[in-house]
Formats: sequence, C-alpha cells, structure tokens
Amino acid sequence: MILPEPYRLIAYLVGALAFVGLNAAYLVWLERKVAARFQRRPGPTEVGPAGLLQPIADGLKLLGKQFVVWPHADRVLFRLAPAFVLAPALMCLAVIPFGHALCARDFNLGLLLVFAFGSVNVLAILLGGWASRNKYSVIAAARVVSQNVAYEIPMLLVVTTLLLTAGTMNLRELVQQQAGGVWNWNLVKVWVNPLMPVLFLIFYVCMLAETNRAPFDMAEAESELVAGAFTEYAGMGFGLFFMAEYANIVVGASVATVLFLGGWHSPVGVMPGTFWFLVKLYALVFSVMWVRWTFPRTQFYRLLNLSWKLLIPAGLGALLFTALILKLR
Amino acid sequence: MSPGHPTDSSVSAAAPRETFVLNVGPQHPATHGVLRLKLTMDGEYVLHAEPVIGYAHRMHEKMGENRTYVQFLPNPSRIDYLSAMHYMHAYVCVVERALGIEVPPRAEYIRVITSELNRIASHLVWFGAFLLDLGAFTPLLYAFDDREKILDLLEAVTGSRLTYCYYRFGGLCNDVDEQFIEGTRAFVKHMRGRLGMYHKLVTENLILRKRLEGIGVISAELCRKYGATGPVLRGSGVPCDVRKLEPYSVYPEFEFDVPHFAEGDCMARYKVRMEEIAQSLRIIEQAIAKLPPGPVMAEKVPRVIKPPPGDYYFAVEAARGRFAIRLVSDGTEVPYRLKLRTPSFSNLALFGEAARGLLMQDALALLGSLDLVIPDVDR
Amino acid sequence: MVAAIKEFCLGLHSLATGLAVTLEQFFRRPVTVHYPWEVLELPARYRGHIVLVRDEQTGRLRCIACKMCERICPSDCIVVEGAKLPGESRKSVTEFKLDFTKCSLCGLCVEVCPVDALAFSKRYNLASTRKADYESMDLCELAKAGDAK
Repeated sequence: MILPEPYRLIAYLVGALAFVGLNAAYLVWLERKVAARFQRRPGPTEVGPAGLLQPIADGLKLLGKQFVVWPHADRVLFRLAPAFVLAPALMCLAVIPFGHALCARDFNLGLLLVFAFGSVNVLAILLGGWASRNKYSVIAAARVVSQNVAYEIPMLLVVTTLLLTAGTMNLRELVQQQAGGVWNWNLVKVWVNPLMPVLFLIFYVCMLAETNRAPFDMAEAESELVAGAFTEYAGMGFGLFFMAEYANIVVGASVATVLFLGGWHSPVGVMPGTFWFLVKLYALVFSVMWVRWTFPRTQFYRLLNLSWKLLIPAGLGALLFTALILKLR
Repeated sequence: MSPGHPTDSSVSAAAPRETFVLNVGPQHPATHGVLRLKLTMDGEYVLHAEPVIGYAHRMHEKMGENRTYVQFLPNPSRIDYLSAMHYMHAYVCVVERALGIEVPPRAEYIRVITSELNRIASHLVWFGAFLLDLGAFTPLLYAFDDREKILDLLEAVTGSRLTYCYYRFGGLCNDVDEQFIEGTRAFVKHMRGRLGMYHKLVTENLILRKRLEGIGVISAELCRKYGATGPVLRGSGVPCDVRKLEPYSVYPEFEFDVPHFAEGDCMARYKVRMEEIAQSLRIIEQAIAKLPPGPVMAEKVPRVIKPPPGDYYFAVEAARGRFAIRLVSDGTEVPYRLKLRTPSFSNLALFGEAARGLLMQDALALLGSLDLVIPDVDR
Repeated sequence: MVAAIKEFCLGLHSLATGLAVTLEQFFRRPVTVHYPWEVLELPARYRGHIVLVRDEQTGRLRCIACKMCERICPSDCIVVEGAKLPGESRKSVTEFKLDFTKCSLCGLCVEVCPVDALAFSKRYNLASTRKADYESMDLCELAKAGDAK
C-alpha cells in the first residue's frame, strides 16, 4: 500500500517520532535490564511490572525539571544543541526500509543521506560542549570531534567497498539484492568479496565509535570528564542528548542490518519482514550493550591510533582489493 | 606508541603556552571521596598536579591524646575504613608491646585470618573502583559480590561489617565459631575460581593492558623520595613487606611470597594487588589448618591500662602499605602522643611528580592505581 | 611484523574471552537480595544500638547504675542515673539515656558492664524526621515498650 504524498509525510513524522521516543525510553529500560543481568542484579523492578513503567517515570521527572542555563553559557547555542542533536537521527530514519513496503522515502541516494545527516550529530555535541563553557565539556567536545572525524573515514571506506559490488545507494535495492536465504546476506557473501566479514567488523567498530558508545565513549567519559559534553545540561536538555544517543544507535544498527544482514529478509521464511528487521536490529543493539558492559574505556590517543593506523589502512586495502577483484572478474 | 609528553623543561624552553587549571574534585567520580586535584593542563596534558587534602580531617591523632587507651579502640578502624583490621592490629599491638602482654596463639592466628580476609576485601574494593575509573562497570559488581561474602563472615564474628573493633589488648573480644572456619574455607575455594575469572575478564583484556602497561611509571627512587609503601612500592620492584621485614604476630609461621614487579607502571601495581589476593588466600588456608585451640584473651591484662613511660612503635602491613603507630606514654591513663603514619598519605604525595606530563586519562588511571583512601590521607 | 600480528590476534582473543565471561554471567541468577521485599537474617552478634536487659527470674532491669558504661564511652553518649529502692542494698536504674546521634556502636559499654545489663539490639532501619528522637533515647522506656509487645 502506497500512501499519497501529504499523508505519507504525516505518517512518517508520527511514526518516526513515536519510534524514536519509544526506542529511547525502552532502550534505556533494556540497557538497565541487560546491564543488571550482566552484573547479576535484577535491574529496575519497582515501577510497573518488571520495571516497565520506569522510563515513563524517568521521562516525567526529566520533563518536570528546570532547564538551567547558567549565566556564563552561550544562551542561544546552549539551547539549540539538544534540538540539533535529535533532528539528524530523525532524518536518517526517513530512508531506512523497515520492511518491503515500510519506508518513508524510497530514495536513490539513501545511503548518502544517512551519512550526511549522521555527521551532523557530532556538530551538536560540539555546540553543546562549547556553549556550556565548562572545561570538562570543552575537552569532551574537542575529543568527540576528532573522534568522529577519524571514524567517519574508515566507515565510508567500508561502505564504498560494499557499494563497488552492490552498485546502488538505494537502501531498498541493497536489501533486495540480498534476497534468497542467509547465504545471500552481504555478511556471508564471501564468493563476491572474501573480505565481507572483515568489512562488517570494521563497520561495527566504527559504529560504536560514531555513536560514542563504550569502549569509545569519549563524549561522556563519566569517570574522567564527569559527564563530558553534557555536564551542564539539566532536565529535558540532557534528556534529548540521551534520546539522541539511543536514536543514533538505532540508526547505526539499522544501517548495519541493511548493509550486511539482509534487511527485512527472513532467514527461515516465517513471520513478516518487518519483524525480522527488528529482530536483527535489536540483536545488534544488544551486542552494543554487551560490549559496553564488558570492556573498559580506551585511551583517547589509542582510539585515534586505532582509526588512523589500523582501520583506515585496512579500509583502503579492502577497497583496492575489491576493485582489483571486480576488474579481474 | 606513547605520545610525546611535554615535560616542565620543554615547556619552559618553548614559547609560553596557553594553559588552564582543571579542578578535579572534591566531588568527582574518579577521586573516590573528598580529594581535590588542581591540574594545570596544556590541552589534555597535565603539566602540574597539586593534590589538595584535608576535607576529611577528623583529628584522630589529637583524639588519641584526649582519651584513654580503651576509648581510642573505635578510632583505628575509622582511619582507613577499608583495612580496619590492620589498623586495629597496629593499635592493639603497640599497646601490648608497651604493657608487655603475651597474646595467646589462638588469638594471633585469628587475627591473621581476619586481617588477611580484610586485605582481600580491601583489594576487591580497589579492583572494582579502579576499573570503574577505567570505564568498566561490571567488574565492580562482581568484586562486591565476593567482598560481600567476606563481610558476611566478618559480621558474623564481630557484629559489624566495616568498622569491626574486634581486637582487644591481649586478644580478641570473642572467639570464632566452627561456622566461620567452614565459611572461610569455602570462601578460599570460591575465591580461587573467581580470581581465574577476573584474569580472563580483566587482566588479559587488550584494552585494559593497553591502558595500564607503561602508563604512570613510578621508579623505586621516587617511592623512596616520598616514602611510598605497600603495593605501590612493590609495583616498582622492591619486595618490601612489613610482614616479612619486621615480622609481627604469627606471620613468620606461614609460607607466602611477596609479589613484586619491576615495571613500576599501573599494570605492575595492578598485578601486585591481584597476586596479593592469591597470597592472602594461601595464608588463610595455612592459618585455618594450623589454628590451635585455647583461650583468645591473655590472662594478665590490667583493668586500667597505664603503660610505663616510654616510646613505643609498631608497624603493620595494611592493605595500602605500611601503617605504623608511635605511642609516647607518660605513664598516665591517656597517651601523651599518638602518631599515626598512614600509607595513603605518602602514596598520594608522589602523585604530583608522577603525573607530570601524563594525559589526563592516564593521570586518573595512575591515581586509581595508587589505591587511596582519602580519610586515611586526612585522618 | 609477525609479533604485531600475533599480538593483534591475542588481543582479539582476549576481547572474545571477556565477552564470553560476561555472557556466562548473563544467564546466571541474580545474587542480590531484593530489599525491602526480602530481608536477610542478622547474625547473632550484630551490633545495633544498646538496650537494657531484664533479669529472667525477677523480671527487673539488671542495671545497677554503676556508671561504668558512662565512663568508658568514647563519645560521651550515655547518661545513667540510679537510686536505691527502699529495703534494697543495690541501686536500680531510674534513667538511662543514649545519644544515638553520637554513638559509634563500638560495643565497649556492653563489654565493660559488670552485670551484663546491656545488649545489642537488632534494629537497623532507624530513621526519623526529628533529631530529638535519637538524640536522647530513653532506654528504660524502650525496655517497657519492648515488654508490651
């Protein structure tokens, strides 16, 4: 079913906002539950059955708090940053095909759009940290910028390598190419490009770094920079940064699902495509949490070294290698 | 891979740089208590670090001069609340030395068992908190799970979970029961398995190794300069342990090693403490096997404690290093002077010099590896 | 070069081992006690605040108001008053006040008592909005209230 234009836009706006909001709320719940299980605790249990209403209570608490702008902060930028941080994640969701027909915009340059808007996120954290005029925030903001710049490059190299074999930037077409069983997913298509699993690994590491998740959480770095770029934010200002973090994880995991894990294609053939898309998406999100609750944080310069000295050369090598294979084939 | 650290000399040689002062603490997640650090920074490099202490000063030394010997009993366990048993041990031993009291062997054995349990508990807190500083949350909870088992054991014997107040002049305030012995035996077995898990989860972890190896190197010379002791000194390659060098209690009767690593970096201090947990388990096992029957209190303890005039000194190996008490008695019921030599104070003193030129992240890792208890610094 | 590759592989292996360790813990039962729905039993020697003990035969408070506890207390938080009842050779306690805001629960008073008239209670969830509730706890009243229960 294809909706006519104005309704489609409204449906997208409502759907995306609801999806991001619910995701942020319930991924927090999930994160707390998952962390608790890893640490042999029960996690939130008191508000609602199994603590399911906890995110609502937290949200209400954040909404009820004053949005404090301290006198030395840059008033305009300080207020602008939280809005700036969430919008790109919403935009990215417009082109992600959640199912065969469930996609707000079937857009030829979908992948490009995702990366273009994905990069805006870092600008928002920079603004927030800079406008706070807090030394911790400024350090964190400076770290985040160099981190995101460093990791955008290997990520794009990996995606370019993938595009060489796929030949399209349309996310829907990318998924359609992977139809026909698990062995057709890009992750395991080693006969097309033997480097596929390596590419996925690089993409995954870059995704962790781009979304500022542990072990690369330089933006927040709780035990060093207090709360990093978000130190001065109170109430819903902090809440929006928090929502954006989870929205970005969802976007990152969605792109990984589309690029490598066959999108909405089911490995067994039962259940609708959207269900499988979400299963893959949340499996990736779970793995992100698993990594976070297992590893310590890296050092900042090792983080940059990892990108510049390992991932970028590896990405470049993969690109050359793939080009060579395609030429010789 | 190590970045070029601008040291003081290179800074003064170059054109004046724009620096700023970063105030870490007294309320900061990495300072574990009320320590304040004034870091002069050039970007993320620490040019100069100045610890500001005294926020938790409670005048324990002055309190000692104003109350009778018995009344000071609750205090030692509150100076460093994480190694309460060791501090209590030092205090009762210095008074016993002054009075010339002979402690029955069973009491000494139990003192060793409880002290070593306390050492493990203290190192587990450090382990968890240190990894929390490094951004790993989960090991903290595992460590506290194990520590809880120790606290349960000690609570059943002493009635308290942290400030035990268990030793008395001439012995102990009450005997341990069979349940404690069984529980301790089970714990030793359990802890050995858990240590293996910690090594798999943490010690061998690539990220952790990269974060600690070669970071925050402290030379033995620097330790000597500032009087650092305990795991910090042993992490610099000096096998210095009061239990071996100035044996007290019944420690000479047990076989144990003094773990020491020559690297002097954060990893060396980490490994020293992890190895110490294993050695403490060894001591506990031997002590339980040899535990003699008999009384737990000496017979000839005077009701009113009045040590003969003189100067008495006693040092123990606490979890953080050498803790010593110097007691000057003028023959009255109240000490004339009670000097406390606390290990955290000396260990913190070298931070300013050791942190110079490090990145902020590494400086905080160094701070965590010193295992400071701030009330122990301030006392 | 070979060493670097070897170290890289070992590093990856160590990361995988770490993930395996936490995953193993993931499927185990939680170890925490769900307070206040579950409460652990306190050990027999638990040191709560002190209470006065009654003599089992006569049913009277054992305290003879000798003030030993008052004197030994490091924090000066005990005040005892006693009087001789007519026709009795020993003193009986008339007032026993504990300043729990100062008490450090060291247990020296219980130990020093010559007639074992003091014991540790097992009350630990003590909270009040008024400081006065714990600044001057009347242990004689508390003993009576305990009997009424």
